[in-house]
Amino acid sequence: MTTSPLPLVDDAVTASGPRRERERVQPKRRPAVGAHLLLAIAALYFLLPLWWLIVAGTKSTSGLFTGTGGPLWFDSDFALFENIAQLATYNNGIYMRWLGNSFLYALAGGVGATVLAVLAGYAFAKYRFRGRTVSFMILLASVMVPMTALVIPTYVLFNNLGLTNTIWAVILPSLLSPFGVYLMRVYIQDAIPDELLDAARVDGSGEIRTFTTIALPLMRPAIVTVLLLSVVGGWNNYFLPLAMISDQTLLPVTVGLQYWQVQSNSATAGGLVWNLVTSGSLLSVVPLIIAFLMLQKYWQGGLSLGSLK
Amino acid sequence: MSTTQLSAPARPPVSRRRGASLERKSARFGWLFLAPFAVVFLVFLVLPLVYAFWMSLHTNTLAFGEQFAGLTNYIKAFSDERFLTGMLRVGAFAIVFVPLQIGLALIFALVLDDVRTRLSRFSRLLIFAPYAIPGVIGALMWGFLYSPSFGPLVGFFEFFNLPAPDLLSRDTIFASLTNIVTWQWTGYYMIIIYASLQSIDPSIYEAARIDGATKLQTALQIKVPIVASSLVLTIVFALIGTLQFFTEPQVLAPLAGNAIDAAYTPNLYAYNLAFSYQQFNYASAISFALGLLVFLASIIFLIATRKKSGLR
Repeated sequence: MTTSPLPLVDDAVTASGPRRERERVQPKRRPAVGAHLLLAIAALYFLLPLWWLIVAGTKSTSGLFTGTGGPLWFDSDFALFENIAQLATYNNGIYMRWLGNSFLYALAGGVGATVLAVLAGYAFAKYRFRGRTVSFMILLASVMVPMTALVIPTYVLFNNLGLTNTIWAVILPSLLSPFGVYLMRVYIQDAIPDELLDAARVDGSGEIRTFTTIALPLMRPAIVTVLLLSVVGGWNNYFLPLAMISDQTLLPVTVGLQYWQVQSNSATAGGLVWNLVTSGSLLSVVPLIIAFLMLQKYWQGGLSLGSLK
Repeated sequence: MSTTQLSAPARPPVSRRRGASLERKSARFGWLFLAPFAVVFLVFLVLPLVYAFWMSLHTNTLAFGEQFAGLTNYIKAFSDERFLTGMLRVGAFAIVFVPLQIGLALIFALVLDDVRTRLSRFSRLLIFAPYAIPGVIGALMWGFLYSPSFGPLVGFFEFFNLPAPDLLSRDTIFASLTNIVTWQWTGYYMIIIYASLQSIDPSIYEAARIDGATKLQTALQIKVPIVASSLVLTIVFALIGTLQFFTEPQVLAPLAGNAIDAAYTPNLYAYNLAFSYQQFNYASAISFALGLLVFLASIIFLIATRKKSGLR
């Protein structure tokens, strides 16, 4: 968003300084009490479960039931480190495997989906070929297809190929991201002028080289956004691994934690692991929270991409 | 989304043959870049859809094996009370969820767009935070909070000498699920709307202010119409998400006893038919019928709002 130099010069001549300042002060800001009250209540509401999780993650199972500080405050017995130690060892440290699986599924699926989306988005935005319009309309329509409708038939197909209960059963279907392609196309269309690509071509750069050296660096904000969205989608995926994986050592952390919840709920002796459900949940949300905090400027701008056009 | 943009820049006059070869080259590379995605699209979207449809037209019995059955499964589905109840239920969820989530998201976005303070930045982050939490974990957390043995509610009501409501009973589960989903998704929709509010040129407000428009008038008559396309987008997302409702009822089911049955939502029903009862053909019919209904609902909504959405 660079303004052209001309109006700036003009402003300087007509003494822009005072006028600007006046403009900034003029809409006399009443302290917006109502607005802040609303925001404070909203912040409390959205924080509540997270706060509960932080507190609960530090409690032993008995602390969860009869903690001295109640459900929303710490127990006198601070058991976070015991919980983490137990997470690392319980059932041969299966929790760490689940975390590792989640990383693998989310990253492999997310990176793969992003690569495909970048290439396809570039094709739709910058090349003319027969069937482009029709393909793009099919793509747009496919955004409306509920992904869960695909799980059961994909399961049967994979089962026939002996692919269920393997990592591929989760990774391969995650490569599909029609919305990612749509976002990339919208972004590329605006951010990369055809003249720039044509200039590179005139200079004798091949199509592949033009793409990697000229176009790709300009797509970075959109790439990070699409990557973030696909990785989050993969990390949060539940229905697909729930259907595809029955081997406990291949579960992602979401399905694994829910498995522990069911186990604790049916309350067979020795199976009570409520403290692991809570501390495991707490530990598993930390990586994504950090990723979101670090990449704030990308997702805040990036999420609006799809609706701007 | 113009299709003429490639020819827009004035090209130097080239001989017709050279132009044709350029066009062929463009087509070749276009398909080359598109090919990897196209393969994945065909294998993991088109093929499963076609296969689901094929399966839904067959029955599989021990006695006769796989047999063509025409629309039998669909006739069965649309006279299956459990499926129809589930459909009506997600329909009711959609009527409640979508306006609630989008309405709240819009209000928060408008307020956040208007006040720029430390508190507002902090609130924005917190409202969005649940998006980074997997749906399963969100449902687990709320399950704990609702629980009479873990949750804060019992203590809260005891303090006032009142009986605590059971939030996981038949009467309350609808509201309890509504709360979870609202908590989980409002922030995501809020950010989409907020980002497009931020991209409005502020000089527009200046004119409104000079005309003496109040903040509320500016919000309703200027901001909302400008961000209509993001509203349409978020409504479609919310609609698609709600109609395939699965994770939250599946996670709460073990806690909620008889309040959530195996056919609570059509997706849950399809999952249980397939994986608990091995009725893959009937489950496919339900999946396919649900998918088609979701698809048609979204398309109809998009066409109805085409002028506003700007999505072409």
